[in-house]
Amino acid sequence: MSKKSFRQAVNEALRQEMERDPTVVLMGEDVGGGMGAPGEDDAWGGPLGVTKGLMSQFGRERVLDTPITESAFIGAAAGAALRGLRPVAELMFVDFMGVCFDQIFNQAAKFRYMFGGTAKTPLVIRTMYGAGFRAASQHSQCLYPIFTHVPGLKVVIPSSPYEAKGLLIQAIRDDDPVIFFEHKVMYDDEEDVPDDPYTIPFGEARFVREGEDVTIVAIGRMVQMASKAADALAKEGISCTVLDPRTTSPLDLQSILESVQETGRLVIVDEANPRCNIATDISAQVVEQAFESLKAPIRMVCPPHTPVPFSPALEDAFIPSPEKIAAVVRSVMASPTRQAAA
Amino acid sequence: MAKITALTMPKFGLAMTEGMVAAWHKQPGETVRQGEEIADIETSKITSAYESPAAGVLRRQVLAPGEMVPVGALIGVIAEPEATEAEIDAFIAEFLAKFEAERTEAETEATANPERVETPAGLVQYLAAGPADAPAIVFIHGFGGDLNNWMFLQPLLAERFRTVALDLPGHGGSTKALKQADPAALARFVLATMDALGIGAAHVVGHSMGGAVAIAIAQEASDRALSLSLISPAGLGSDINADFIRGFIEAKRARQLAAVLQSLFADPALVGREMVENVLRFKRLDGVEAALRTLADAHFPDGRQAFALREALARFPGPVQVIWGVQDQIIPPAHAEGLAEAVRVHRFENVGHMAHMERATEVARLIAELAGGR
Repeated sequence: MSKKSFRQAVNEALRQEMERDPTVVLMGEDVGGGMGAPGEDDAWGGPLGVTKGLMSQFGRERVLDTPITESAFIGAAAGAALRGLRPVAELMFVDFMGVCFDQIFNQAAKFRYMFGGTAKTPLVIRTMYGAGFRAASQHSQCLYPIFTHVPGLKVVIPSSPYEAKGLLIQAIRDDDPVIFFEHKVMYDDEEDVPDDPYTIPFGEARFVREGEDVTIVAIGRMVQMASKAADALAKEGISCTVLDPRTTSPLDLQSILESVQETGRLVIVDEANPRCNIATDISAQVVEQAFESLKAPIRMVCPPHTPVPFSPALEDAFIPSPEKIAAVVRSVMASPTRQAAA
Repeated sequence: MAKITALTMPKFGLAMTEGMVAAWHKQPGETVRQGEEIADIETSKITSAYESPAAGVLRRQVLAPGEMVPVGALIGVIAEPEATEAEIDAFIAEFLAKFEAERTEAETEATANPERVETPAGLVQYLAAGPADAPAIVFIHGFGGDLNNWMFLQPLLAERFRTVALDLPGHGGSTKALKQADPAALARFVLATMDALGIGAAHVVGHSMGGAVAIAIAQEASDRALSLSLISPAGLGSDINADFIRGFIEAKRARQLAAVLQSLFADPALVGREMVENVLRFKRLDGVEAALRTLADAHFPDGRQAFALREALARFPGPVQVIWGVQDQIIPPAHAEGLAEAVRVHRFENVGHMAHMERATEVARLIAELAGGR
């Protein structure tokens, strides 16, 4: 056990699975780096250095630099998965999914169903998401709701280095296509991560902390924002449960419902745009299944319905902050208590 | 001036650095007896009751539930009824100023962390505490446990003993490779650890399957065991809760595991979600499930205990005590019957399989007494 960054946790998960299983291969733009160019081999390891060192350990046979053609290499990865490899393809920024979405939602997601359950597609697509990186509106989106919408895909959004390693190893060993989201501003976050390989099952939420007054469900990076808000609220005597669903498909609705039954209040924090996102989805399902438990209206903390602004001041204002979350929780506590049906 | 007592965040275990009040059981103005439970304290490992250090009236709840604070921080104030509000305000202000000053000093001190050592029997993770020249106590956890099982007990004994809690192979941070899983092989693993740490002989404390390992140490090398303290030990009868063993191995999710862990304690409320998460973090590691199955197949095949160690225990010349919770649902307390007269048997009411966690203070006292302490 030692402190590892999110970047190291992802790198270690990839390395250990490649050591364990020779069918695991990496492909993507610059995942090795410098292919065909003079100078240092393996200089890049991806745009943010996440896969650095893997090409020199496993060679260009298993760490494939691809052309800037997502439609081609995501499609190739889906086909390779169908034929027995376990490819981990890197769709650099999830914003680029537009050019390869047919390969993902009409092909990879459908194989198991359209081939009568006889086909496995053990494909992982790693991709970066999220605002706060000063990368403007085409490199900052949180498009996981779109993947969550498509049956046949599993969608994983780790909230810390420990979570990232265990969930990525699980993703690689899983026999279905998995979209694995990494928030770019979290790569330098550090925490204790076991040196040995381990897996975290999909579809089981993590109780980050437990409280009595309000349940805060937060997605990905928003888990740390919600935890900071809960710290501040605790000083005011408001005790919060913070729930991290870990995966939005499958979604552990049962844990959310159980927690709402305990607290009677729900705030959902989602960095994705506010229409048809994970917050609206969870909100709808809780209203449908646990309306009687609610003492107050559900509130959602999301960015505005605009592209991510390039102005740093506006970008900072765009992202849900601990202060915004705390303010919404206070308003939920202040709303007149609805008489919850017994 | 009336007597005023600070209630501070307790330290459950060497590694605990912070905790929170999960719930207050007393409201300001209520009278409190010494030793009465006034709050539940939650740490990253367990929720446990906080017993009042003094009698008086709970005057202030300084800490709201859910707020994490460092060990030693003020959580409340108890005082005699005649203490004025002004006196209590002054007491709190003084405490906070002093605590802050001491905390800044203490930050340079290292907290106890587990260490690792390579031995001929494999990599061992252990937690050592206490004076190196004092008599040694070695703690051996049970099936599926780890050195953290001794978190309440070890600090109480570390003042006067050199204490070492270790992770058995397949557990915690020790090697996941288990070539042989019988008590004798595990005993050799413990002896190899003692060799590596330069411990010739030690008072051996074993829980459950670790109790069988303790007896095997006495059998393999009786000169290296100064005394045996066996807590709900395996090896003294054939019954074992097979549902627990199977459930522990198979549980992959928090909900399943919580139900299994609750059977360890007389009070199932002791099992919090954080405790479950900590056990899951161990169970998620590659190799752990296989190691647990190997151990279970060796020790508890077909739902019965495979190793009968009563005769081995009878042959051990040193002092022996057996400690059992009357509500133990894993190994029946009746296994403590019919032992040699010299064996001291201590039974605890309202305690399950985990007397060393559920009654840490009393169990620590018994161990110290047997080891020749005060």
